[in-house]
Amino acid sequence: MACGGRRPEHGGPPELFYDKNEARKYLRNSRIIAIQTKMTERALELLNLPDEKPCYLLDIGCGTGLSGDFLSDEGHYWVGIDISPAMLDAALDREAQGDLLLGDMGQGIPFKPGSFDGCISISAVQWLCNANKKCDIPAKRLYCFFTSLYSVLVRGARAVLQLYPENPEQLELITTQAMKAGFTGGVVVDYPNSAKAKKFYLCLFSGPSTFLPKGLNEVKDEEEARQSTFTKKRVPFRIAKSGVVKNRVVRKSREWVLEKKERRRRQGKEVRPDTQYTGRKRKPYF
Amino acid sequence: MKLLTHNFLSSHVKGVGPRGFPLRLQASEVRIMPVEFNPEFVARMIPKVEWAALLEAANTLCLGEVPTEPTQGYEQDETFLRQMHHILLEVEVMEGTLQCPESGRVFPITRGIPNMLLSDEETAA
Repeated sequence: MACGGRRPEHGGPPELFYDKNEARKYLRNSRIIAIQTKMTERALELLNLPDEKPCYLLDIGCGTGLSGDFLSDEGHYWVGIDISPAMLDAALDREAQGDLLLGDMGQGIPFKPGSFDGCISISAVQWLCNANKKCDIPAKRLYCFFTSLYSVLVRGARAVLQLYPENPEQLELITTQAMKAGFTGGVVVDYPNSAKAKKFYLCLFSGPSTFLPKGLNEVKDEEEARQSTFTKKRVPFRIAKSGVVKNRVVRKSREWVLEKKERRRRQGKEVRPDTQYTGRKRKPYF
Repeated sequence: MKLLTHNFLSSHVKGVGPRGFPLRLQASEVRIMPVEFNPEFVARMIPKVEWAALLEAANTLCLGEVPTEPTQGYEQDETFLRQMHHILLEVEVMEGTLQCPESGRVFPITRGIPNMLLSDEETAA
């Protein structure tokens, strides 16, 4: 996981970084578990699998099987590949339900063509961009990975790869190799304006191109505004400056009324539904 | 490693291509792990299964009665689906080897996990 400071890829190869200590974090640390699960949920959403049908999926960089557990909970069957024996051992301890393979994604995916209905990857692909051995050429390894991935997917299937690119050039390198391998698609960015919440999902389609899903965005002041938060806190709707009050919304206007109703709904209070009559101009004597 | 996975695994050694399938299975330890039966998933996988490879693998593991081909109308045949579910998803190879039929390269299986790491010479890149 890339936190502020040195990126783990600069310290050495993934099979050494993800040792027993690191694996233990993925077993114990509730914050890491929560983040990984949320990203898997989003990746699965972007994968857009047919409703209610159990699928056979590939999990690249499955690690301790955190993402795989989510797939199993959704009723899917999966195969995971990871390069770290320590992480796979932890996955065995957690009794991950998918089949696990010890392998290097840069060497290709060792499956026959048309095996999988979809593929996800959480926080793994950026490791391909750093050469750990003298003979490694990142572009070649990326190309090998993407061509084999393209082959093992059923025609029309998607691959959603969540990753932490170090810089735009790295993202460009990864995307170029994916396109060269025959994929269409692009990068979906969630919460682009937040340093902490920003997430990159490389969405690749192996069939005819479809439209790219929209990234999630902040709503007003909160990032979690999609879920209802029942609080008694007042959410300020205007920025008050000393002396001069600059209203973002004119008081008593229809917009102001709608915002106030929305605020009260968020607080969990009972609010009448919005209709065409909401905030309409009343006769002067009301 | 389940037999379903073995049926899709293929060798990615340099220069081997489609001749790297299927991998020859040898098992020294096999376990039966019960898995919840999902008839829809099994029915979806039946057409994708390579039967010759499955029969060969089942024979090496001495699984006994394995249907030689999908019966007509297998989607509704629950006995057939349950049988295939057991063979494909409940038989776990814990220790053994997988051998590439073309290059002869052996991939060991430990604790149910096949080691598919290639050396630098064997990599296609």
